[in-house]
Amino acid sequence: MDLTWYLSLSAVLFTIGVLGVLLRRNVIVVFLSVELMLNSVNLSLVAFSQAFGDVEGQILVFFVISVAAAEAAVGLAIVIALFRNKLTINVDEIRLFRG
Amino acid sequence: MLELFLFFVFAVFAVAGAVGMLVSRSPVASALWMVQTMLALACLYLTLNATFIGVVQVLVYAGAIMVLFLFVIMLLNLEEAPTLSGFSWARAAAFVAGVGVLALLLAVVSVRLVGLPDAPVAAEPVVETSVVALGVALLTRHAFSLEIIAALLLAATIGAVLLAKKRFV
Repeated sequence: MDLTWYLSLSAVLFTIGVLGVLLRRNVIVVFLSVELMLNSVNLSLVAFSQAFGDVEGQILVFFVISVAAAEAAVGLAIVIALFRNKLTINVDEIRLFRG
Repeated sequence: MLELFLFFVFAVFAVAGAVGMLVSRSPVASALWMVQTMLALACLYLTLNATFIGVVQVLVYAGAIMVLFLFVIMLLNLEEAPTLSGFSWARAAAFVAGVGVLALLLAVVSVRLVGLPDAPVAAEPVVETSVVALGVALLTRHAFSLEIIAALLLAATIGAVLLAKKRFV
């Protein structure tokens, strides 16, 4: 099983995540796309770890998953606070810095 | 041969889930498609002999994080989003940028990377990547990082509670 297959799948998933961030206007779907990008990088890290027979890649994946969990908790709390004030989660209508 | 077959089955499941997440109108459907992608990735980790990471992927991503997303979506009581149909220049530019990212990544993958082992990904378990090796490395060489992650998770929990409180913002 060649490493290239795993890296290609990782690239495809990352691209779908990028498209989700760029195309969708729902902030929760944008969040899900960011999670998808993190996951695709995790896949390539695990594939590299297995190809090199080295455990360091899996440790990095472990830390990435932990940080992603923390990020999801804080990000969704921000979404709730935004929705309470603006009554929308469309990223085009959330322009706090533009006045 | 079996490994290649399993890889393609789970790869198709993962990509289908990701595309479904991208195109579905309701955020709940997006989150459920995402669960499919997470589970397919967990199975891929299992085929890569990364059993611990695979189990953590199911527990943390498909379990905890997705349930958090679904809770928030249902808490917000949203209306259906408009579909992606309809042309706009911003959307076309986003699509071109996405295709560019894919081309760039695949170009990097197709180049023979320096220092990459020629041997294919091992089919039998490598001793150095067992759960025991993972735990030893995590609690010796990376013990400080582990403590930092613990502090980060605590800070994130407190921050999330504060942000979601009624009169904070």
